Amino acid sequence: MKAVTQKIDRRGFLKAGAASAGGLLLGFYLPERTKLAAQGAATDAKLNAFVHIGSDDSVTLLLHKSEMGQGVVTSLSQLLGEELECDWKKIRTEFAGVDMAYGPLQGTFGSMSIRTSWDPLRKAGASAREMLVQAAAQKWGVDASQCRAQNNEVLNTATNARLSYGSLADAAAKLPVPAKVTLKDPKQFHLIGTSPKRLDTPAKVNGKAVFGIDAKLPGMLYAVVARCPVFGGKVATFDATKAKAVPGVKQVVQISRGVAVVADNTWSAMEGRRALQVQFDEGPNANTSSATIRKTFMDMAEKPGAVARTQGDAAAALTGAAKKIEAVYEVPYLSHAPMEPMNCTADVRADGCDVWTSTQIQTSAHGTAVKVTGLPRDKVKIHTLYLGGGFGRRGGDDFVTEAVEISKAIGGPVKLTWSREDDMQHDLYRPASYTRFAGGLDAEGWPVAFTSRIACPPFGGMRNGVDFTGVQGVSDIQYAIPNIQIEYHAPEVGIPVTYWRSVGYSQNTFFTESFVDELAAAGGKDPFELRRRLLAKSPRYLAVLELAAEKAGWSKPLPAGRFRGIAVVNNIGSFNAQVAEVSMTKGKLKVHRVVCAVDCGQVINPAIVEQQIQSGIVYGLSAALKGAITIDRGRVQQSNFHEYDVLRIDEMPVVEVHIVPSQNQPGGIGEASTPSVVPAVTNAIFAATGKRIRKLPIRPEDLA
Amino acid sequence: MAAIKFNLNGKSQAVDVVPQMPLLWVLRDTIGLTGTKFGCGMALCGACTVHLNGQPIRSCVTPISSVAGKNITTIEGLSHDATHPVQRAWIEEDVPQCGYCQSGQIMTAAALLNKAANPTDADIDEAMRGNICRCGTYQSIRRAVHLAAKYHAASNANPATRAAGGAE
Repeated sequence: MKAVTQKIDRRGFLKAGAASAGGLLLGFYLPERTKLAAQGAATDAKLNAFVHIGSDDSVTLLLHKSEMGQGVVTSLSQLLGEELECDWKKIRTEFAGVDMAYGPLQGTFGSMSIRTSWDPLRKAGASAREMLVQAAAQKWGVDASQCRAQNNEVLNTATNARLSYGSLADAAAKLPVPAKVTLKDPKQFHLIGTSPKRLDTPAKVNGKAVFGIDAKLPGMLYAVVARCPVFGGKVATFDATKAKAVPGVKQVVQISRGVAVVADNTWSAMEGRRALQVQFDEGPNANTSSATIRKTFMDMAEKPGAVARTQGDAAAALTGAAKKIEAVYEVPYLSHAPMEPMNCTADVRADGCDVWTSTQIQTSAHGTAVKVTGLPRDKVKIHTLYLGGGFGRRGGDDFVTEAVEISKAIGGPVKLTWSREDDMQHDLYRPASYTRFAGGLDAEGWPVAFTSRIACPPFGGMRNGVDFTGVQGVSDIQYAIPNIQIEYHAPEVGIPVTYWRSVGYSQNTFFTESFVDELAAAGGKDPFELRRRLLAKSPRYLAVLELAAEKAGWSKPLPAGRFRGIAVVNNIGSFNAQVAEVSMTKGKLKVHRVVCAVDCGQVINPAIVEQQIQSGIVYGLSAALKGAITIDRGRVQQSNFHEYDVLRIDEMPVVEVHIVPSQNQPGGIGEASTPSVVPAVTNAIFAATGKRIRKLPIRPEDLA
Repeated sequence: MAAIKFNLNGKSQAVDVVPQMPLLWVLRDTIGLTGTKFGCGMALCGACTVHLNGQPIRSCVTPISSVAGKNITTIEGLSHDATHPVQRAWIEEDVPQCGYCQSGQIMTAAALLNKAANPTDADIDEAMRGNICRCGTYQSIRRAVHLAAKYHAASNANPATRAAGGAE
């Protein structure tokens, strides 16, 4: 890439539109810098929607993205700081309020933070830098070309005089935003591509980091909600007498989704809910079960569906194939189970509403609060706190709706907390899915036909009868197979669903990469060599495949009792291949090692890339080895981690991450590795046992 | 209700709450120390881990009445300035991602080092398997515990450093 001159998007630089001073009601939430400003020790100048510079020389990035572990506090600061030429030690971050300056859909999902901030944040840094340089030039009465920004100062190159950013901030903020800025050539990068320590680590090792669930307001009460255990059901009647008799319980109020018990602490609210007598009208899903859902999927998959992709003539190619194989694959519903259960703190007043929460989508939280309160949009403020994991779940606004309704009903500030059981049984789930595959091979054993008919509740968006999330990871395969037919059915079965880390790829890459492995085995081909041949015209696929194979020693023998599997995926604008190494001892599976090669374009922070690859692998392994949400009588049967276990430290394989150097546009990373680890492991199980895992989670009886 | 007295992070503390109320909610809601996290309420995930007389316990299932007269240390009291060997190692290895489980992870690791000065990977897995991390920081945790053991040994060899520590 060369340095380029780009036009500034005016909307991104509404000077007056920077985020509101979010923390004013919350004493502990006030960042130190703002606290000083409030005491008159320092003032704060807004250079644009992303950059504030304090008279104390601090640089504040207004973060329009949520931090849920994926590292945006640090990586987005690197984008800004690279162009701003500020002192890394002086960078602070604050979570921004809802503002059109950050776009009509302000949120953090789809592994898009880096991808969508790459240009705007570098431009915001460059623009602020130019304004500071201009302000210095005016002070000195020289031309700006004689001045240079470096390390939080502007230098007069003729006189060696220096002015700190803090001393220039007020004057700079009064200058016009430059119409054009020049971005650096990547060769000049000193922050992008490096791994400074995460800026959020210090607050996360001493208990000081404030998560949504830690919000506290003066006079705040604590609430939990009794909800109908059956999806789509509602409250019929309730008797609050016994709940109100519980010490600490203050009020019991009905809201749209259930009955809220409000107390002077969370425990009393939970005890009050235990004592509450409530009858539910269970509604139309009272007889739904995992078995009825599966039957619906199976019946649909018998019939032709909406066409998601068609290429060549798959039916004819299957008929004429030298060898034909068929297989059915399925996965269950999954809960997100972030460590921080859903929660939200709301303060609804006659003249305004403030909401503190760990949300992934600020505009959605804002929209629901506006709707519930009926207040003008500018009277409703969303204050984002740290997210104790998101994984897609916190894109929902159901917990915000509940908290705002409760605060409105009781006329005061309230913190709503979901128990783990609430969280697991009222999630918006990763949908279950079912697919029938058929594949045909020519006389030499190479694939000539590939068909899939998927039944998966829609959760992304329907177009021409196809939900793109239901088929992604199958319909977009790049394998050079001449005849492909992918069909889709959209069963509506009453279980609420949403994005779950890596979305459709979370199940479909398991399906595809397993069936491709089956085709390799049926044709007597090495699974790596088959992929390499069929992806020969896709250089980025090929590079990660070959790097993973090389680093895993694919061509070399393994120690006795160890077996390998391989899988590859292209999702979220990135490519990765994984080789998993497993053993089977007395029928017990152990995943020893996972080697991942990843090409995510230009890397911002290699250490965070490595963290996210490890993280996604753990998330995928939990699903492969353990995760299943099952339904009986319209309700979720799992309630807590004893019934929905996740990967623990003693099951953690050694994960090795190898990054393919690249100056392509940055890709996503948070969801990259979750899909591919699953088939890498199940393909390794096939290598070990000859048994093909076609249903998740892997059960002991599938291995015996 | 009679006040229940205990020692919290080196200072005496009295609370007037129902005796069955779990320590977790007393810490978070009554006292306002929110570093200790709610994860499951059933001692299944470890997010609420604190020390009772130096031993790791699950505060979500520990009634406040059982804490009377005892010493409780939370993440806020592990050190005054994040200089406990485990905190230093966590910073050096940049362990946290979302960070929600990390108070519990750190408290469990600190208790482990009090028992085993130089733990093996197997010791670490055994001690820490009760602490869930959904971000999957396990590999970093293993590295950081080994590093903390080194810091711990160094600070034990240097009484001046030890004296600057926290409530334990």
